Amino acid sequence: MRSIWFFVGLMLLVMGAIVTAAGAWQLARPPAAPKVLAQYHPSLWWGLVMMVFGGVFLWAGRRRTDA
Amino acid sequence: MQQAIGLTVFDWLVIAIYFAFVIGLGIYLKRYTRSEEDFFLAGRRNSSWVAGLAFLSANLGALELLGMTGNTFKYGMYVAHFYWIGAIPAMVFLGIYMMPFYYSSRIKSIPGYLKLRFDEKTRVLNGIAFGVMTILVSGINLYAMALVLHTFLGWNWDASMWASAVTVAAYVTLSGLMSAIFTEIIQFFLIWFGLFLVSILGIVEIGGVDEVLRRVPPAFAALWSTSADPAANGMMITWAGIVLGLGFVLSFGYWTTDFLVVQRAFSARDLRAARMTPILASFFKMALPFLVIITGLVAIVLSRDAGSGFQLLVDKGQVNYDSALPLLIARYYPAGLMGLGVTALLAGFMAGQAGNISAFNTVWTYDIYHSVLNRGASPRHLLWMGRVSTVAGILLSIVTAYWAKSFPSIMDYMQAIFSWVNAPLFATMLLGMFVWWITPNGAFWGLVTGMSSSVLLYLGVKFQWFDAARITLSHPYSDMAANFWRAWWAWLICFGVTIAVSLFTARKPREELAGLVKGLSAGAAEAPVPWQRRPEFWGVVALVLLVALNVYFW
Repeated sequence: MRSIWFFVGLMLLVMGAIVTAAGAWQLARPPAAPKVLAQYHPSLWWGLVMMVFGGVFLWAGRRRTDA
Repeated sequence: MQQAIGLTVFDWLVIAIYFAFVIGLGIYLKRYTRSEEDFFLAGRRNSSWVAGLAFLSANLGALELLGMTGNTFKYGMYVAHFYWIGAIPAMVFLGIYMMPFYYSSRIKSIPGYLKLRFDEKTRVLNGIAFGVMTILVSGINLYAMALVLHTFLGWNWDASMWASAVTVAAYVTLSGLMSAIFTEIIQFFLIWFGLFLVSILGIVEIGGVDEVLRRVPPAFAALWSTSADPAANGMMITWAGIVLGLGFVLSFGYWTTDFLVVQRAFSARDLRAARMTPILASFFKMALPFLVIITGLVAIVLSRDAGSGFQLLVDKGQVNYDSALPLLIARYYPAGLMGLGVTALLAGFMAGQAGNISAFNTVWTYDIYHSVLNRGASPRHLLWMGRVSTVAGILLSIVTAYWAKSFPSIMDYMQAIFSWVNAPLFATMLLGMFVWWITPNGAFWGLVTGMSSSVLLYLGVKFQWFDAARITLSHPYSDMAANFWRAWWAWLICFGVTIAVSLFTARKPREELAGLVKGLSAGAAEAPVPWQRRPEFWGVVALVLLVALNVYFW
C-alpha cells in the first residue's frame, strides 16, 4: 500500500501548482477589485511554498509500502 | 446575508481536486479493507506519526476552526486554554498512564473496556450515550459546512448538507477507519496550508503580533492575569473554573475517554506507537492557537477599526461569531488561494464528520448491535453492519444538523454535549483503572447519576429553574463558564456515587481484573528503547513547553 505521505505530497504539489498559476495570472492581469494586501501577491509565493513541501513529502513517501 | 463571493476557475479546480482525491482514496483503500479489523481499526498497522496526526485531526474539524475563531472573538484569548491546559496534560496522561490498559487489552472501543472492567450494562449505557453524542456532533459539523457554503457561495442550506454528507458516506462506507484516517491527515495539511496564511496576512495588515495584542481590549488579551475576577476577563470565569472544569474534567474527559480520538491510537502498530500517539499530537495541538486564536484576535482588531470595513455577519439581530474566519478569508484571499481556503474548511468539515461516523459505526456494531441485538453475528456480517451503520449515521446527522442550526455559537453547544457524556465517564474510567475495588454496579449508577445531573443542570439553567451563578459560584458568568462548572459537578457527582455504591455492592475478583487495573497488571509488553524514544521523555518535554507558553502569555 502507498504511504499516506505520498498522497499528501501529491496533493500539495498539484494544489500548489494551481495556486501559483493563479498568482502568476493575477500578476499579469491584476483584478479590477483587488483584495486587501494584494500588493504582496500571496497566491504566488504561498503556492511555491506548497509545491516545495509537496515535493519533499512526495520524495519522502515514494518507496514506503506501509501506512 | 452578505453577497455571495464569486469563485474563479482556479478555485473550482482546487475544490474539485480535493473531492476527487478523497473519493479516489476511498476507492484505492477499499482493496486493502478485507476484514472487520481493517474496517474498524485500520488493520492496526499505523506508525505513531500517522496515528498522532489523525488523533489530533479528528478533533480539528471545521466545527473547531469556525467555532474557536468565533469564540476568540466572543471571549478573547482565554479560548487558548482549550489548546493548552485544556488539552496537553490530558494527552500526556493518556499516553503515559492510560494507553497501556487500553491497548494491551486489545479492546476495539472504549465501551469495550467498560465491559471487561465492569459489566455489559455499563458498556451498553456508555455505548448508547456515545452513539447519540457522535451523531449530535456530526450534525453540528454538517451545520458548519452549510454555513461555509452559504457564506461563501450563496448555496442553499439543504443542498449543501446533503451533497457533503453523501461524499462522506461514500468514502467511509468504502474503507472505514483507514479512509477516515487518510483524509484526516490530508485535512491536517490542508488546514495549515489553507488557513495559516490568514493569520500571517492579518498580522501583516495590523502591523505585528504586539500591535494586535495592544489593540485588543485588556480583558481579551491575557491568559491568566485577569482570572481572579470574572468581571475582568472576556469569558467571565475564574481560574478555578478553568482549572477544574476545563483543565481537569472536560479536557481529561474528552482526550482520554472519547473514542473518536482514542480510536486513532488503537490503530497504532504496537504499544509504544500507541503511547506516543497522543504525546506527538500534543505538540501540534500547542501550535494551533497561532492559527485559530490569532485569527480571532485579528478579527476583533479589524472590527473595532471603523476604517477597515470589516464586520461580522448579523443574522436576525444576533452576531454570527462563526463568520469571523470565512470573512477574513474573503478579505485576504485572491483567486486560487480562495479555493484553497474554502477547501481547507470543506476538508475540516468532512474529516470531522467522517471521524464521528467511523467512531459511531464501531461503537454501534460492537457495543450495541453485537453485544445486545445479535450476539452470534459473524465477522463478515459485522463488516456489513459497519457499512450499513455508516449510512444510517449520516442520515441521522442530517436530521441533527437542522436542530443545531438554532444555536448562536457552535462550540457552546458542543461543550454542553461533552459535559453530558464525557465528564462523568472520566470519573468512571479514572476510578476503574486505578482503584480495583470499584464495582460494576458502582460504575453503572455513578454514570447514570453523573449524566442525569449534567443534563438536569443544563436544563435548569436553560429554562431558568435556577440561576447559573449557583453552578459557577461567581457572578457574572458566561455560557462557557456555566459549561465548565457543569462538567465539574457532573464529574464530582459521578465520582462520589461510584465510590458510595461500590462500598455496598459485589466486587469483581482481582484475578479477573489483571491487565485492566493499575497494580494488578503483569506489566505491559513494551520493548526497551533508548530514553530519547520513550513516551515519558516526550511527555515531560510537552509539559515544559506548556508551562513556558502559559508564562509567556500570562
